[in-house]
Amino acid sequence: MKLNKLNLLILLLVLALPFVTACSSNSEPAPAEEPAPVEEPAEEPAEEPEAVDDYEELMNTELILATTTSTENSGLLDFILPTFNEMFGIETKVVAVGTGAALQMGVDGEADVLLAHAKTQEEELVTNGDTLERFDVMYNDFIIVGPPSDPAGLLDNAPADVNAGYALIAENQAPFVSRGDNSGTHIKELSLWESSGVGTPSGDWYIEAGQGMGDVILMANEMEAYTMADRATYLSMKDDIDLEILLEGDETLFNQYGVMAVNPEKGDHINYPAAERFVDWILAPETQELISEFGVEEYGEPLFFPNAK
Amino acid sequence: MDNFVSGFQDAFQLIIDLDPEFFEIVRLSMVVSLTATFLAAIVAIPFGTWLGIKEFPGKRFLVRIIYTLMSMPPVVIGLVLFLLFLRNGPLGEFRLNFTATAMIIAQFVLVTPIITGVVFNGTKDRGPDIQDLARTMGSSPTQTVWLLIKELRINILSAVVTGYGRAMSEVGAVMVVGGNIKGHTRIMTTTIAMLRNMGEYSLAIATGIVLLLISFLINSLLYHWQQER
Repeated sequence: MKLNKLNLLILLLVLALPFVTACSSNSEPAPAEEPAPVEEPAEEPAEEPEAVDDYEELMNTELILATTTSTENSGLLDFILPTFNEMFGIETKVVAVGTGAALQMGVDGEADVLLAHAKTQEEELVTNGDTLERFDVMYNDFIIVGPPSDPAGLLDNAPADVNAGYALIAENQAPFVSRGDNSGTHIKELSLWESSGVGTPSGDWYIEAGQGMGDVILMANEMEAYTMADRATYLSMKDDIDLEILLEGDETLFNQYGVMAVNPEKGDHINYPAAERFVDWILAPETQELISEFGVEEYGEPLFFPNAK
Repeated sequence: MDNFVSGFQDAFQLIIDLDPEFFEIVRLSMVVSLTATFLAAIVAIPFGTWLGIKEFPGKRFLVRIIYTLMSMPPVVIGLVLFLLFLRNGPLGEFRLNFTATAMIIAQFVLVTPIITGVVFNGTKDRGPDIQDLARTMGSSPTQTVWLLIKELRINILSAVVTGYGRAMSEVGAVMVVGGNIKGHTRIMTTTIAMLRNMGEYSLAIATGIVLLLISFLINSLLYHWQQER
């Protein structure tokens, strides 16, 4: 039973390496990527493909809708989509991911239609010809939630001023859980730190989770931390958590959703006719009405406010 | 296909850049998985060996449970631990959720049945012979177990390697109890899941490639060592 000492030594060294290396590298957060400015209003795509007017042809086709987690998790899509599916006989497959991934699916031609809430980036897609025209659909709003003890004193000092609120949180180094996942919500949050004069938040109190809204709310609840959430997701979880709304109603916290059909030139697999129907349908007065009814029964207030023009 | 090509390029870039943030993620991945596997091995090797040679009522049932636990979905383990660790939960006072400790515990729970099962299987076949040998030599029970472990070391080694592979590749449990917090509980698999959700496909693939390289390195070393012996 001869044991090669050198090999054993190498093995032990390799295994021990990660334990020995000091984790002094508390690297500062990478600079937030500034969304590139939108240069010009989008050029109209050269030629609209022929619209299929025959419903028959759309029957039993599949439409892939890439959207953000908030529309699916809140239950909005379950509430409004059945009318679309019934009307046209189109089966809608919802892929609910972060805004970044949803838009990327449009760029890759993996989805037929996009419903997201990061206007600047959405307009970039239109400019680049990845999608056709973008339309406003609805908005919802963000709220700042936190532990009832409110260590940063938001409720007393800044119940409706998000810039002052963020400054207070940073000043008190009160724990704050960030989505940290490049989602629309995350990008919004970063812009608020910027406008509140905090700049790029860093330090032990600033916790970057890299997860979805629901997970982040749960984490904030567990850690007795603040976080910025969309009202819909918060209300749907309210009964199970201690977090309370400590700041709301600031106009900069409004969150605009837009819809875009993916450019059919990306390939024959794009179900453009169905996507076109979807865009028309979600902007139609009846659907807009339906959106404003969603949540009223359960929470006593609407979660999304339609504003299609 | 572009994602794979740029994935390889990004992987190469990640390695040569030695980006401190990425390095920290790799380091934490290895610390968590190695610690969990090590602790699991301490429990599972003696237990599996003992189970392989000992006969007692209810043993078949116990073995069946261990086999079931071997295929336990990590996300279920994560969920159960998460609920136990909740602030208002039974173990809430320790404040374990969203810490590296919780991740180690989760992987420990995941890996222990696997090592136990594989060790048990090997011992069951060859154990009785070795036990007889020990008896003729007049060994004490402790010495018998020691002899068994020595004789069955190749099987034990593959049990540990299997367990480590499972720990390192797991994402469901550590995502739930760890929370993927940047700089604290973010490891390679949770990074990949996060990058995918962000639409950063090629960086996700790159991280996966680095993860595979590390596994390859560790496995090569372990097996090389085994053959040398």
